[in-house]
Amino acid sequence: MEQSKKRELAAKAAQIRLDILEEVHEAKSGHPGGSLSIADVMTYLYFEELNVDPANPKWADRDRFVLSKGHTAPALYAALARRGFFACEELPRLRKIDSILQGHPDMKHIPGVDMSTGSLGMGISTACGMALAAKIDGKDYRTYTMVGDGESEEGQVWEACMFAAHYKLDNLCVMLDLNGLQIDGAITDVMNPTPHDKKLEAFGFNVITADAHDFDSIEDAFAKARACKGKPSAIIFKSVKGKGVSFMEDQASWHGTAPNDEQYAQAVAEIKASM
Amino acid sequence: MAEKIATREAYGKALAELGEKYDFVVLDADLSAATKTGVFKKKYPERFFNCGIAEGNMVSVAAGLAAAGKIPFVSSFAMFAAGRAFEQVRNSVGYPHLNVKIGATHAGITVGEDGATHQCNEDIALMRTIPGMTVINPADAVEARAAVEAAIQHVGPVYMRFGRYAVPVINDNADYKFEIGKGVTMKDGKDVTIVATGLMVSMALEAAETLKAEGIDARVINIHTIKPLDKELILKAAKETGVIVTAEEHSIIGGLGAAVAEAVCEGCPVPVLRLGVNDTFGRSGTVPALLEMYGLTPASIVAKVKEALKLKK
Repeated sequence: MEQSKKRELAAKAAQIRLDILEEVHEAKSGHPGGSLSIADVMTYLYFEELNVDPANPKWADRDRFVLSKGHTAPALYAALARRGFFACEELPRLRKIDSILQGHPDMKHIPGVDMSTGSLGMGISTACGMALAAKIDGKDYRTYTMVGDGESEEGQVWEACMFAAHYKLDNLCVMLDLNGLQIDGAITDVMNPTPHDKKLEAFGFNVITADAHDFDSIEDAFAKARACKGKPSAIIFKSVKGKGVSFMEDQASWHGTAPNDEQYAQAVAEIKASM
Repeated sequence: MAEKIATREAYGKALAELGEKYDFVVLDADLSAATKTGVFKKKYPERFFNCGIAEGNMVSVAAGLAAAGKIPFVSSFAMFAAGRAFEQVRNSVGYPHLNVKIGATHAGITVGEDGATHQCNEDIALMRTIPGMTVINPADAVEARAAVEAAIQHVGPVYMRFGRYAVPVINDNADYKFEIGKGVTMKDGKDVTIVATGLMVSMALEAAETLKAEGIDARVINIHTIKPLDKELILKAAKETGVIVTAEEHSIIGGLGAAVAEAVCEGCPVPVLRLGVNDTFGRSGTVPALLEMYGLTPASIVAKVKEALKLKK
């Protein structure tokens, strides 16, 4: 990837991180940790990978994205707003009584949200449905879904994986945000869902491993996923929960906690310093 | 004697027949021979998708298909479609109000010998609590077929309840008309109203005949759509007959009886007595033996009506 493009994406990702922090801080609740861990991938998705049209969010031939780990909605909302699906002014209104931005994604009221999610395990199944619909209709749009590593403890995730491989959904790209932490601690301590690569391979996936915070690696992973025919692809994105904010990084406690004013100021300062 | 056909048979036949006129797809969870979606599969294999024994995934897959513009039918036994997959129906289908049609078969205790684990007496209660869900429980094969077509034409989620057991065809008249949300007065009467759904409708008609011989003029209303409920028709009956008995092959908690009682309490308070499965699980047995044991018979309806009439002011 060209250095200039990489710098441009990094700047966009930093903006999305600032948005995430502002959303959660203003809402005084929400999920910063897992939002920050997917910020770079979401940036790449919405600015490079997805074939979408913010002016026509329901365009029938668009690529679809389902945030299966729906609690990290702040990252999705920031990406959608920065891509032009709705005004950025809406972002600090996350979780407010009169805002369109629900605590978890709501496809009925938020432009660009392709599926209502939040209850873990269901999003990946709905993505399978969309990918199957494309096959039935002979359309070439692709469907992407982001699954949490903690979420992968849900049995339905594996039901969906079986389904995707059985119907050879090569137009489906499952992304796994492997940040290693869930609410109660390390995924390996709470209920070990690893090894994801071997499991996904055994389920019939083309498995790709990538660095969630390196745009070269992200670009390469998506290219490999697109090139694979005859079976679904899964990209295991190794990420850092809370990425970009020193005191949030690798801390399970920042899964679902909003920063106070002081913490927010420090977090913003750190992101800005990186820009 | 009327011809007897299970509503699941009518469901499968309707899917196969309507597949020519409408562009929908059908999903099943390894029960296509029992749910009768296999009839559709045989005719349209490219539009049928087996999801294996994974009902939760199937329902969410259907939500994704609907979000991409397809009209998916999903089928399994009521126990698994409404029970196991309740949260998928609620969150993947109901909350985004997606155009998914759930064809749940083997509802109620008339599953028979398989027993309690497979006898779902709670599905109507579960489904009708979901905002925007339409809940239909057809009385016979004619109504089942009509319900399938109405569900296709309706935009939004629909839950349809079908039975395993062959029941009399009672709606095979030329002027039969099915409209979602509209109850049907099967027999007029002035002393009492029997509001029935599903296979209890034909039993209610039989009970009304017995009551007639004893000088009791019972009205019989068929409520095929439990949600949205035809409150107008029910409140009119409450006003005109002063007492109501409900009859359903479902728990007395949360189903037709509860829906009617809620409407009557709020709109025209008169006694409402509920006949159904009394807050208990089913068990194995032949269907006639089960219906007898659980009190789902014309004679039970007659007895309930007499009990109700004592409460009438």
